[in-house]
Amino acid sequence: MPAEYRLILKNIDQAGYQPDIRCYLGHGGYAGLKKAIALGATVVEGKELSGPEQVRREVKLSGLRGRGGAGFPCGTKWSFIDHSSGRPAYLICNADESEPGTFKDRQIIYKDPHQLLEGMIIACYANHIHQAYIYIRGEFVEGARILVRALAEARQHNFLGRNILQSGYDLEIFIHRGAGAYICGEETGLIESLEGKRPYPRIKPPYYPAAYGLYLCPTIVNNVETLCAVKHILEMGGGEYAKLGTPGDPGTRVISLSGQVQKPGYFEIQIGQVTLGQLINDFGGGLRPGRKLKAIIPGGSSSKILKAGERYKFKAKQPDGKELEKEVALLDLKYDSASLAGAGSMCGSGAVIVLDDTADLVLALANISEFYAHESCGQCTPCREGSLWMAKVLHRLTHGQGRAQDADYLLQIANQIPGGRTVCAFGEACSWPVQSFLNKFKDEFAARGRADEQRRTSGAQGGGQGRP
Amino acid sequence: MSASNPEKTNSSPPASLVTVKVNGRPVEVPRTMPHPVTGKPVPTTMIQACEAVQVAVPHYCYHHKLPVAGNCRMCLVEYGTPVLGPDRKPLKNPDGSPVISKAPNPAIACATPIMPGMEIYTNTPAVESMRKAVLEFLLINHPLDCPICDQAGECKLQEYAVEYGQTASRFVEEKVHKPKQVDLGPRILLDDERCILCTRCIRFTREVVGDDCLGIVNRGSHNTLTHYPGQPFDNNYTLNTVDLCPVGALTSKDFRFQSRVWFLKRTKSVCTSCATGCNIVIGSRENRVYRYEPRENEAVNSCWMCDQGRLNYRWIGREDRLQNAVIQQTRGQFVQVPWSQAMDQLLQHLRKIPSGSLAILASARQSNEELFLTARLGRRLGAIMDSPPRTGADDRLLMHADKNPNTLGARLLGIAAAQPGGNLQAMAEGICRGDIRTLLALGEDAVKHLGQSVVERLDQLIVCDILPNQSTPQAHILLPGCAHAEKWGTFVNHQGRLQKFGRAVEAPGQAQPEWQFLRQAAQDIGGESIPASVGGIFDEMARETPAFNGITWAGLGDLGATLPI
Ligand SMILES: Cc1cc2nc3c(=O)[nH]c(=O)nc-3n(C[C@H](O)[C@H](O)[C@H](O)COP(=O)(O)O)c2cc1C
Ligand code: SF4
Ligand code: SF4
Ligand code: SF4
Ligand code: FES
Repeated sequence: MPAEYRLILKNIDQAGYQPDIRCYLGHGGYAGLKKAIALGATVVEGKELSGPEQVRREVKLSGLRGRGGAGFPCGTKWSFIDHSSGRPAYLICNADESEPGTFKDRQIIYKDPHQLLEGMIIACYANHIHQAYIYIRGEFVEGARILVRALAEARQHNFLGRNILQSGYDLEIFIHRGAGAYICGEETGLIESLEGKRPYPRIKPPYYPAAYGLYLCPTIVNNVETLCAVKHILEMGGGEYAKLGTPGDPGTRVISLSGQVQKPGYFEIQIGQVTLGQLINDFGGGLRPGRKLKAIIPGGSSSKILKAGERYKFKAKQPDGKELEKEVALLDLKYDSASLAGAGSMCGSGAVIVLDDTADLVLALANISEFYAHESCGQCTPCREGSLWMAKVLHRLTHGQGRAQDADYLLQIANQIPGGRTVCAFGEACSWPVQSFLNKFKDEFAARGRADEQRRTSGAQGGGQGRP
Repeated sequence: MSASNPEKTNSSPPASLVTVKVNGRPVEVPRTMPHPVTGKPVPTTMIQACEAVQVAVPHYCYHHKLPVAGNCRMCLVEYGTPVLGPDRKPLKNPDGSPVISKAPNPAIACATPIMPGMEIYTNTPAVESMRKAVLEFLLINHPLDCPICDQAGECKLQEYAVEYGQTASRFVEEKVHKPKQVDLGPRILLDDERCILCTRCIRFTREVVGDDCLGIVNRGSHNTLTHYPGQPFDNNYTLNTVDLCPVGALTSKDFRFQSRVWFLKRTKSVCTSCATGCNIVIGSRENRVYRYEPRENEAVNSCWMCDQGRLNYRWIGREDRLQNAVIQQTRGQFVQVPWSQAMDQLLQHLRKIPSGSLAILASARQSNEELFLTARLGRRLGAIMDSPPRTGADDRLLMHADKNPNTLGARLLGIAAAQPGGNLQAMAEGICRGDIRTLLALGEDAVKHLGQSVVERLDQLIVCDILPNQSTPQAHILLPGCAHAEKWGTFVNHQGRLQKFGRAVEAPGQAQPEWQFLRQAAQDIGGESIPASVGGIFDEMARETPAFNGITWAGLGDLGATLPI
C-alpha cells in the first residue's frame, strides 16, 4: 500500500499542532523565507543571479504546476512578469476554493495559515512584489479570521511590513473576502471583484494577468496549495522537489476525496505514485459493502467523468526508443496530469468524487448543472444561456417531465458551449460534465426520458391524470 | 483553469502596416488604430481588418465607437498564424507560401489583435455553426414579440436570425422572466426580457458620457440590466443608448409605438438646436417628422447627439404654424392674400424706400443661402443688419452654449455683428430717431429683441416666420416661412464646419422656403439675375465669400467640409 507523502499537510492534524506562529516556528516555520532572504548574488551557470532571481530559478527548476485547476507551470507564469514595466506588480493568492468536491485549501488556511503566508512572502520577494492579496471565499468566515490573526503575528515577527528581517524588503498582504460566487475563483473575475466590480472575467487577449492584471498592472495569481509548495521548494531546493511526483508533473498534491467511499477525506500524495484504485481503496477505505464502482469524477465537478470498466490506451516510449501501446484500466490510472489527460479528463483541483452503482447519474448531473447555472456570471452568451438551459432540461428529467429525445437534446446543447467560445473556462466547466455523462451514460438519460413519456401517455389514457 | 500568457506589446510606430489575409484575400492594415474613447493607439483587431476588405463579421456587443467588451460571442472566427522556424523566421511550404498553423480554438474578431501573416477565416462551416449556436442561445429566452416591438425592422436579432436562425425552436423549457416596462429614466423605457446583455448602453454612458449609471444585477441567465438605485438614467445623452441597443430593449418614450421604422423616409440633415450642428437623419412619414437620429460624422458628433436636440422637432408639425401670407390693409385689419399679392406689396415698398431707412433683423437659424441673399438685399438698400444671439448651457461632450445653428455663417456673410446682436441697440435707436422706418424681421421676433415701443414706431413691419410670436400679429406684411426640414440649405457650425441639410417634409399651407422670395427681392432690387436653385445660390455665395472659396454645392458631401477660417 502506498503511503501518503505529507509535505504540505506535514503538520496539519498532528496532535497539539495549532495555527499560531509559535507553533509554526517551533516546527521550523519561516526557515524557507529566511533562506530566501539570505541568498546573496551568486554566479549560476555563468550568469550572476540576485537572490530573488535564484528563488525564481528554483521554482522553475521544480517544475511545479498550479494546483488551482489549470495546472499551468508556476515558474513559467512568474517569468511573464515584466519587471521593467514601470508599474507595480501584485500577487494574489486565490483562496476562493469553490469547485464542488474541493476542500484542500481550507485545511491549509484553517490549520496551518503561516505555511501559506510564508509561501506568499517568498513568492512576493522573488518577484519584487510589495503588495499582495488573499482573496478568500466568503463562506470561509473563520478562515478569514484565522488569516487576519496570522497576518498580525507575522507582522509582529517582522516577516511582513517594512524592512522584513532587516533585508530592506517591504511587503503588505491584505485579505479580501468574497461574497459567495464561484466565478470569483476564475483569476480575472477575481481581479475584477478585487477592484470592486462585478466579477465578469476579462477577455484574453489582452487582459492576461501577467500583463494587465490588478489595476491593469502585472499580476500573479496562484492557488493556496501552489504557494505552499513554493515554501517547500525553497527549503528543499527545486531540483529535490522535482524528484517527487512525475517528471511532467512533479511534487505532491492534496487530494480531496469525496462521494461514495467509506472514508472521504484529504490526502497528500506524490503525484503519479498513486492510482485511482489505491485512492479509493487504500486511502478512502473502499466502497461501502456490496457496492460496485460506477464512475469517478477525478478533478472537481467540472472534469469529465470516467466510467467504471473503461480502459485507456497510452503510448509509452521503450528504452530502445520504440513506442509501445499499453492499456490501463480506470482503477490503475495514476493520479497525474498526463495520465488523466490520456483518459480524457484532468486532475483539475485534485477533487476525486466517487460514485457507486446506487448513484443516480441523472440526479448527479442535475445537481452539477444546477450549480453551474447558478454560478455562471452571465457575461457571455453561450455559457449564460446554455448553462441554465441544460439545468432546466435536467430538472425536467429528474421531476418526471422527461422526453425520449432529451438525452440527444442535452448533448447538443452542451456541444455548443465549449472549445474557446466563451470568455472564460467556465464554459468548459459547465459543459464538460454534461458531455461526458451523456457520452458515457446516455442510456440512463434516454431511459429516464422514455419512462417519463410512457407514464404520461398511459396516465393520460387512464383518465387524464397524466402529469405526475 | 485558464493559463496565463504574456501579452505581446506592440512597440512599433502606429504608421507601420501589417499584412493579413481575410478569407484568402490579402489586406494591409495599420498595426494600431486609435482607441474609440481615449484615442490612444491600440492594436488593430481582426474585425477591423475584415472591415478593411468589406467582409462583414456579425456582431452584437462590438461597436466601433465603444471600448470592446467581447461578451456576445457572435463574432467568433477561425484563424491561423505563420509557423516560425528555430530562427524565428516564418517557415515556407515548397511553393514558397508560409506554413500556417490553424488555431485549435476560435477567437472573437472584435477583440483579437492581428499579427503579421495571420489568416482570418470568417466563412468556414465551423464559424457558421458557432454563429448559429450563439443566435439560438440569444433567442431561447427572448420574448420574440417582434409584432409589438419598436425595434422590428432595425433589429440585429431579426437580421441575423434571417441568416443564421432556425425556422423552428427546439427550446421547450419555460423562458426566464424579467422586468418589463422598466422606467429607466425620463426618456427611456427598458424591457429586460428583450435585453441581450451586450453592455453597449452601459459602456456608452460610463465611458463616453461619464455617467456610470447603468449596470447589470443578478447572475447567469437571470442577469438584468438596471440603473443605479435612486439614480434615474437622465443625462442629456440617454437616447443614444436606444440607437446603440441592438435589440428592442431600450426604447424612446418619445418614439415608441409612433411608427414602424420601415415606413419612415430618411433624410440627411443637421440638428438646429445648437452651434455644434450634430449630423442627423430625419425620419418622416406622410409629411410628419417622427424622429431625429444621429448620423455619424467623425468631424462633428461621432455617432451621438444630445437628447435635447433630438427631441426638439415637434415644433415643425405644430398646429399653429403660420401658413398664409397676410397683409394689414388698415390698422388692425388683416387679410389673407395670395403669396404673389403679398410679394408685390413687399417689392413695391422696398423699391420706394430711401437708402438707409431699412433695418433687417435676420436669424442665425437661417441657412447660409438665405443669409447671403438677405445680405445682398440689405447692402443694396443700405440697411443696418444683425442677428440676435441665443445662448444656454453647454457640456463637455457636444452641447454648445450658442443655441443658434448658424452663427458663424451669419457672421461670414456679413449679417451678424462681430458680436452677434451688437447692432441691435443701434437699430432700435435708428427706429426711435425716425431714420429707420421699415423693419424686415426674418425668423426673429422684433418685439422680443427690440421692444414693443420701438416696433410701434415703424412705418412698415415685414415679418417672415414659422410660428406666431409677439411681432407676427402686428406685421404689415407677413410671410409664412419654412423649417429647415422643409428645405435645402447649409449651416456653418461653431468649428467652421460647413454642412448641408436636406428636405424631409413639405411646408404647410402657402409657406415656402425663404430663399425663394429673398431671391426674388434681391433680383428685383439689385437688377441682376440670381440662380433659381439652392445649389446655384450656394455656388454664387461660395464664389463671392472668401471663406467659402473653392467649395461647390455638388462637391459638398454629406459630411460637410471644414472652412479655412
Ligand atoms: C470557473 C473557474 C473557477 C475557478 N476557481 C478557482 C478556485 O476556486 N481556486 C483556484 O485556486 N483556482 C480557481 N480557478 C483557476 C484560476 O483561474 C487560476 O488558474 C488559478 O488560481 C491559478 O493558480 P495556480 O496556477 O496556482 O493553479 C478557477 C478557474 C475557473 C475557470
Ligand atoms: S464563460 Fe460563463 S462564467 Fe465565464 S464569462 Fe462567460 S458567462 Fe461568465
Ligand atoms: S439594453 Fe440593449 S444595449 Fe443595453 S445591454 Fe441590453 S441589449 Fe445591450
Ligand atoms: S449637441 Fe447641439 S447640435 Fe448636437 S444634438 Fe444637441 S443641440 Fe443638436
Ligand atoms: S462582437 Fe460580441 S464578442 Fe465580438
